[in-house]
Amino acid sequence: MKIRAQIGMVLNLDKCIGCHTCSVTCKNVWTSREGMEYAWFNNVETKPGIGYPKEWENQDKWNGGWTRKGSGKIQPRQGSKLSILMKIFANPNLPQIDDYYEPFTFDYEHLQSAPEMKAMPVARPRSLITGQRMEKIEWGPNWEEILGGEFAKRGKDSNFRDIEKAIYGQFENTFMMYLPRLCEHCLNPTCVASCPSGSIYKREEDGIVLIDQDKCRGWRMCVSGCPYKKIYYNWSTGKAEKCIFCYPRIEAGQPTVCSETCVGRIRYLGVLLYDADRIEAAASVEDPKALYEAQLGVFLDPNDPAVIRQARQDGVPEAWLEAATRSPVYRMAMEWKVALPLHPEYRTLPMVWYVPPLSPISAAANAGQIGSFGELPDVRSLRIPVQYLANLLTAGDEAPVISALERMLAMRAYMRDRHVEKRENAAVLEQVGLSALQVEEMYRTMAIANYEDRFVIPSAHREYAENAFEVRGGCGFSFGNGCSDGQSEGSLFGGKKKRTIPIAVKLAGA
Amino acid sequence: MSTLNQFLFGIYPYIALTVFFAGSLLRFDRDQYTWKSDSSQLLKAGQLRWGSNLFHVGILGIFFGHAVGLPTPLVVWHALGLTPTAKQLLAVIAGGAAGALCLVGLILLIHRRLTEPRIRVNSRPMDMVVLLLLLAQLLLGLFSIVVSLQHLDGEEMVKLMTWVQHILTFRGDAAGYVADVSLVFRLHLLLGMTIFLVFPFSRLVHVWSGFAAVGYLVRAYQLVRSR
Repeated sequence: MKIRAQIGMVLNLDKCIGCHTCSVTCKNVWTSREGMEYAWFNNVETKPGIGYPKEWENQDKWNGGWTRKGSGKIQPRQGSKLSILMKIFANPNLPQIDDYYEPFTFDYEHLQSAPEMKAMPVARPRSLITGQRMEKIEWGPNWEEILGGEFAKRGKDSNFRDIEKAIYGQFENTFMMYLPRLCEHCLNPTCVASCPSGSIYKREEDGIVLIDQDKCRGWRMCVSGCPYKKIYYNWSTGKAEKCIFCYPRIEAGQPTVCSETCVGRIRYLGVLLYDADRIEAAASVEDPKALYEAQLGVFLDPNDPAVIRQARQDGVPEAWLEAATRSPVYRMAMEWKVALPLHPEYRTLPMVWYVPPLSPISAAANAGQIGSFGELPDVRSLRIPVQYLANLLTAGDEAPVISALERMLAMRAYMRDRHVEKRENAAVLEQVGLSALQVEEMYRTMAIANYEDRFVIPSAHREYAENAFEVRGGCGFSFGNGCSDGQSEGSLFGGKKKRTIPIAVKLAGA
Repeated sequence: MSTLNQFLFGIYPYIALTVFFAGSLLRFDRDQYTWKSDSSQLLKAGQLRWGSNLFHVGILGIFFGHAVGLPTPLVVWHALGLTPTAKQLLAVIAGGAAGALCLVGLILLIHRRLTEPRIRVNSRPMDMVVLLLLLAQLLLGLFSIVVSLQHLDGEEMVKLMTWVQHILTFRGDAAGYVADVSLVFRLHLLLGMTIFLVFPFSRLVHVWSGFAAVGYLVRAYQLVRSR
């Protein structure tokens, strides 16, 4: 047993209002630079939809994630090590920037400088890559916002597999949910496994997956390896970049920017202890539907004295062990089992988990034909099909999704009875196998969701911290090569000059 | 003439090699953030799949052909049972085939870089310089095949081999061996050394990393870094 600790995240989709505050604050802090305009470390998609980049979940098309060979071993779906090296000259699985979107700005100046005209002047889009006029913007990180576009296109969503999807294209039966996405900081990341130069790594102390910008050579295998398509190739610097889980903030005990600014208070951060020796076996189980349970088997109980003893031996600091016992992520994933991994079938063992959303009881059920299941309405009468959520979160196994949804419904019923009817509804708790104490904790964590209950982050320990004396006079947190951003004018080694795109427009006849 | 010959083929090789090694080392140490393959595939793949694969397969063939064929002493070839004539024929055939693949790929890549607007606007001048240098060198190399076919005794090839071996073993008399070889060969040598000279200042540095990437084959899939 080799115990390591990781900061994991849970997103409670039941409370996501799709406001994109997470995406915007993340973009402002990390990716508002040339070469990364098209990249969103965090984006919010409306489901069902094919997403950003287009059809990212369709691994028959992109070959991301892992595949299990006949021998029982796993290897990246894009190929063995030799086969990956052979693809280094031209990666056949690399999305084009048009699969994300061509970054653009608008001719804002034209609004002020246009001569007097019959029609109101407009600011038309202009490519940030070529500086040329763009006639049409074709795609973006939230293109299918609130079911935008026709069902024929959105219906290509891979999560519709094994579902008769035609009826969900009809207006009366339509359904939607939001899915905020970021790097999963996986236990078994395919990006790390695909990198020929070994520049991507997982940090031992907190599990954050980072790209060493100096060591990255731009071979682009990580972009195609990641099944979530959350590694982006910076077309200006020629290096790959990804969500860094705001590690400078995490080290200081602060939540990530996306979590901190979440309006709906849907995000949770907490420590998970796991056994690094069990990762490979868990990722290699044969049945994709068993991957969720296998991953649960990798996590360790932070209250188990044997685990605590071993963790101390393996160098997990005391503050982290203490934080692990209060971790909201551990409770939601392991104790209450309301949080589920995103696409476990990719075999990456993701560490950003999701609480499936409840949805309105569909119209037929409202009209008195409601199916009920003991004290609770039948979750199959919810508007979002259970199979769809299962395809998203448990490789198609409905049982864990049903259990999670029922537990959330039970929590609501129990607390409503307590506050409105002034009675303890023990029957509903018995039905879903929760104790009164557990439900109260669930209510505190998931419904009230106070800041200190959502974010239990121990600050980086002294043993981990850099020797401050050695970094004196340094440049702090910067992109590029220490104090140089690698783009300085006249660099001997190929740095290029800052380029400004002229956006003045010549009007015909003006 | 002999002074110029001595400079170009006796001294310039050492200048080029020194800049090549020291420049690579300095860039790796001081400015590794700029060390990359500088792929433009994301912006527009276009002809990249054919162009890049053909080019790289061809140029790797040429590279290993030169790296094995030139510095290996004649006695080794004799021991292997290859006469200079046979060896020259082998070089002409293998080099010609690899060169043809490389030429097709290179032309596709140059065409792509010039005609795709997104890639053209994001090209550094050095990207074009490198492509054109390689094209000129490749054409000279292919043209030298025509010259060598006119005398199949392998005598010129032996002179070139001796030059390389004397340069690599720091014997001062190397320049004399190529003083009277055909002009095509001398231009090919000069341009070759110039490519070594510009190497550290261009995206060509990714060649080092390409060879280093072979280490990936024996590495564990997962990498964990501790402080």
